[in-house]
Amino acid sequence: MLHHHHVEKKSDIYLKFRRQSFLNTGIIGKTELTCLCKIIMFDLDPVLLARIQFAFTISFHIIFPAFTIGLASWLAVVEWRWLRTGQVVYQQLYKFWIKIFAVTFGMGVVSGVVMSYQFGTNWSVFSDQVGNIIGPLLGYEVLTAFFLEATFLGIMLFGWDRVSRRMHFTSTVVVAIGTLISAFWILSANSWMQTPQGFTIGADDLLYPTNWMAIIFNPSFPYRLAHMVTAAYLTTAFVIGGIGAYYLWRQRYQACARIMLGMALLLAVFLTPLQIIIGDMHGMNTFEHQPVKVAAIEGIWDTQQGAPLTLFALPNTQTESNDYAIAIPKLASLILTHELNGEIKGLKEWPQDERPPVGTVFWSFRIMVGIGFLMLLTAVIGAILYFRKTLFTSRRFHLWCMAMTPSGFVAVLAGWFVTEVGRQPYVAYGIIRTAEAVSPVVDESIALSLLAFVLVYLFIFGAGTYYILHLIAKGPDILQPDQAEETYGAHGVETPPLAASLTTESGEK
Amino acid sequence: MFSFEPWVNLPLIWAILIATAVFLYVWLDGFDLGVGILFPFAPSDQCRDRMMNSIAPFWDGNETWLVLGGGGLFAAFPLAYAVLMPALYVPVILMLLGLIFRGVAFEFRFKAHGHSRRIWDYSFHFGSLVAAFMQGMILGGFIQGITVDGRSFAGGPLDWLSEFSVMTGIALVFGYCLLGTTWLVMKTDEITQAWARKTASYVLIFVAFFMVMVTITMPFLDEEVRELWFGMPSFFYLLPIPLVAIGLFALLWRDLHHGREYRPFVLSLGIFFTAYLGFGITLWPWMVPYEITFTQAAAAPESQSLLLVGALILLPIILAYTAYSYYLFRGKTSHESTY
Repeated sequence: MLHHHHVEKKSDIYLKFRRQSFLNTGIIGKTELTCLCKIIMFDLDPVLLARIQFAFTISFHIIFPAFTIGLASWLAVVEWRWLRTGQVVYQQLYKFWIKIFAVTFGMGVVSGVVMSYQFGTNWSVFSDQVGNIIGPLLGYEVLTAFFLEATFLGIMLFGWDRVSRRMHFTSTVVVAIGTLISAFWILSANSWMQTPQGFTIGADDLLYPTNWMAIIFNPSFPYRLAHMVTAAYLTTAFVIGGIGAYYLWRQRYQACARIMLGMALLLAVFLTPLQIIIGDMHGMNTFEHQPVKVAAIEGIWDTQQGAPLTLFALPNTQTESNDYAIAIPKLASLILTHELNGEIKGLKEWPQDERPPVGTVFWSFRIMVGIGFLMLLTAVIGAILYFRKTLFTSRRFHLWCMAMTPSGFVAVLAGWFVTEVGRQPYVAYGIIRTAEAVSPVVDESIALSLLAFVLVYLFIFGAGTYYILHLIAKGPDILQPDQAEETYGAHGVETPPLAASLTTESGEK
Repeated sequence: MFSFEPWVNLPLIWAILIATAVFLYVWLDGFDLGVGILFPFAPSDQCRDRMMNSIAPFWDGNETWLVLGGGGLFAAFPLAYAVLMPALYVPVILMLLGLIFRGVAFEFRFKAHGHSRRIWDYSFHFGSLVAAFMQGMILGGFIQGITVDGRSFAGGPLDWLSEFSVMTGIALVFGYCLLGTTWLVMKTDEITQAWARKTASYVLIFVAFFMVMVTITMPFLDEEVRELWFGMPSFFYLLPIPLVAIGLFALLWRDLHHGREYRPFVLSLGIFFTAYLGFGITLWPWMVPYEITFTQAAAAPESQSLLLVGALILLPIILAYTAYSYYLFRGKTSHESTY
C-alpha cells in the first residue's frame, strides 16, 4: 500500500496548483473545488476505473464483430449468387460491401488486439485464478479463427487477379466461417464466467479443470451463442436494409437497393421471431442459473407468486422498491415459469452486496427488448408491403428502415450490458468478485490510459464511421454487363512489369 | 481428464511454442512495422503506395501472432501473464494504441484524399514507431527483471523505464527498419528498391552498433549473466552465436552492395534469430525474470494438454495457409489501389 501514501501527496500538490489557477478566475469556491478534483482524479477507486476501461474497450470492440459476423455471411451469399447467376448486380453489391467490410473488419482487428491484453493489464488476479480454464478457450479462438480470418481476408481483398473465382468464393466462405468459430469460443468463455462448472478450487485458490466438455458447453452457452449470432445477423440485416432503403428513397442504384432491402427483410422475417423465442429461452436459462440477474431485469424486490411484468419504473435502491411503476399483472411469472402464479425470487432474497446494479440491468433490458419488437414490427410491415407489391415504392417505410439502421448495434450493446452488469458483483459468477480480480496497477495509470483509449477510439472510430458514410454516399460502382467477366480481376491487376516500371516510376523523379 | 504430463515435459514444450510464436511475430510484424517506420522517408507518394501494398495482404495475419503470444501466454503460463501485464502496463497500452493507429491506416489511407491522406500517412508512421519502440522497451524492462511479491507484481508503474530499456527500444526500431528495408528490396523495384537498398545499408550500421551495445550492457545487469557469457567454459560454447551474427552482418553488407534481391531479407532474419537466441539463452529458464521460472508459471497440465492438441494440429495448418498466402502474393508489388 506504499503507493497510496504517494498518491495522497501528489494529489495535494495537484489540488494546490489547481486551486490557485481556478481561484484566480473567481468562478469556483474553495470547497467545491476540492470536492471536484477529488471526484475527477483521485477518489475514483481502481476497481471502478478498471471496469470503466474494460467496459469501454469491449463495448467499442463488440460493435464491429456484431456487424462483420453477419456481413461476412452475407458477402458469401452475394458472391455465391454472382457465381451462379453471373448477374452484374451481385458483383456490384459484392464490390461495394467488401469495402465497408474491410474498414469495419480493420477496426474490429485493432480493437480486438487490445482485448487480448486487457485481461492481464486490468484483471491480472482473475487471469491468474481462472487462467487454467479461460486461457485454453481463448487460445483455441486464436488458433481456429483469428489466423483463418486474417489470412483469407487478405485473399478476399487483394486476391482478385491471383486466384480463381472459385478460390475467391472459398476465401469469402472461410472468412465467414472464421467469424462464427470466433463467436463460438469467446461466447463459451463468457458463458462459463456466467455459469461456471467443470472445475475444482485447489488449495492454492486457483481453479483447476475437471471436465472440458462441461466447461465448454456450460449451461448458458448454447443460448448465449444462438442469441448473439442471431443478433449479429439481425444487426447486419438492418444495416443493409437501411442503406438499401436510403438508396430507394433517394432513387439511386435501384437494382442493388432492391436486393439489399429485399434480402434484409427476408432474413428479418425469419430471424426476428426466432430471436424472440431464443431470447425467451435464454431468459429462462438465466432464471434457473442466475435468478438474481432476472430479479434485477424484472425489477422485482419481494419474492412473489404471480409477479407482474413491469413496463416502466425507476428502481430505487434506497427504498428497495420501484418508483412510478407501470406493470401488467402476473405476466413476468407467466413468461419465466410458464405459470400464472409461478414464484419469482425478489432482490431482497440476496444481501445488498450480492445484488447487481438494478437500474442499469432493468433499463438495458427494456431497450433491448423494445428494439427487438420494433424489428419484428418492421419485418411484419415489410412482409405485408411485399405482398401488396409496394415494398420498393413505399417512401414512408423506407424512411422507417433508415431510422432502424443502427437499431441492432444498440440492442447488442444493451443486451451485453444486461448480461455483464447483471453478473456483478462477480466476475466469474459465485466464484470471484470483480473487486478482488483487479490488477495491482496504480490509479493514475488506469485513469490516464482510460483517457487515452477514449480519445483515440473517438478519433479513430469517428474517422472510420466517416469513411463508411462516405462510401455509402458514393454508392456502388456502376459496371456494364460486358465488363463483368473482365473486371472480376481488373482491380489491382499488375500492369505488365516492364510497362509499369517505365510509365509509373520514371515520372515521379 | 486427459493429460500428457506423464509422457512429456509440458511446460518445456509450451515455453518453446510461445518463444516460437513470439519470434514469428517479431519476424513477420517486424518487417511491416519497419515499412511503417520508414514510410515518410520514401522518395514519393507512389513509392509509399507501393510500400503499403506490399504488406497490405499480410499485416493482419502477422499481427495475429501477437494475439497468439498474448493468448498463448494467458493459456499456458497464466501466472506469467498475470504478473507481466501489470508490470508492463504503460508500454503495453502504448504499444496497443500505436498498433491501432497503424492498423486502421491501411484502410483509411486509400479512402482519404488530399490533406486527410497525410493524416493517415503519419498515423501509419507514428503508430508503427510507437509500437516498435514500446516492444523494445518491453523487452528491456523484461530483461532488467520484475519485482514480484507472492503471485503478483509488486513494483512501481515506471519500473520498466531505464536507460537500458530506452536503448533496447531504439535498437528494436532499427532492427525492424532493417527487416522492413530488406523486405522492400525483395518486393519492389526501380526507385523504391534503390532507396530501400541505400537505407538498408545505413540502418545496418545502426543495428550493428546497438547489438554490440546491448550485448556489452546485458552482462553488467546481472552477475549470473556475466558468468554465463564470459565465464569458462560456457564462453566457448556460446561463442558461435556472436560469430555467426558477425558473419551474417558481413554477408548482408556485401549483398546490399551487389544487387541481391532476396537474400538480404533472409540474412536480416538470420541476424534477428541470433539476437533472439542470445536473449533466450540469457533469460533461460525465467518466464518472469528473475522471479518465476517457466515451470512455476505453468498452467495446470490438463489445460496445457488441451491446448497442445489444438496447437499440434492447427499450427501446421496455419503455417501452411500463411505460406500459401505469401506464395500467392509473391513477386513485385504494384502501386495501384487494389480493391
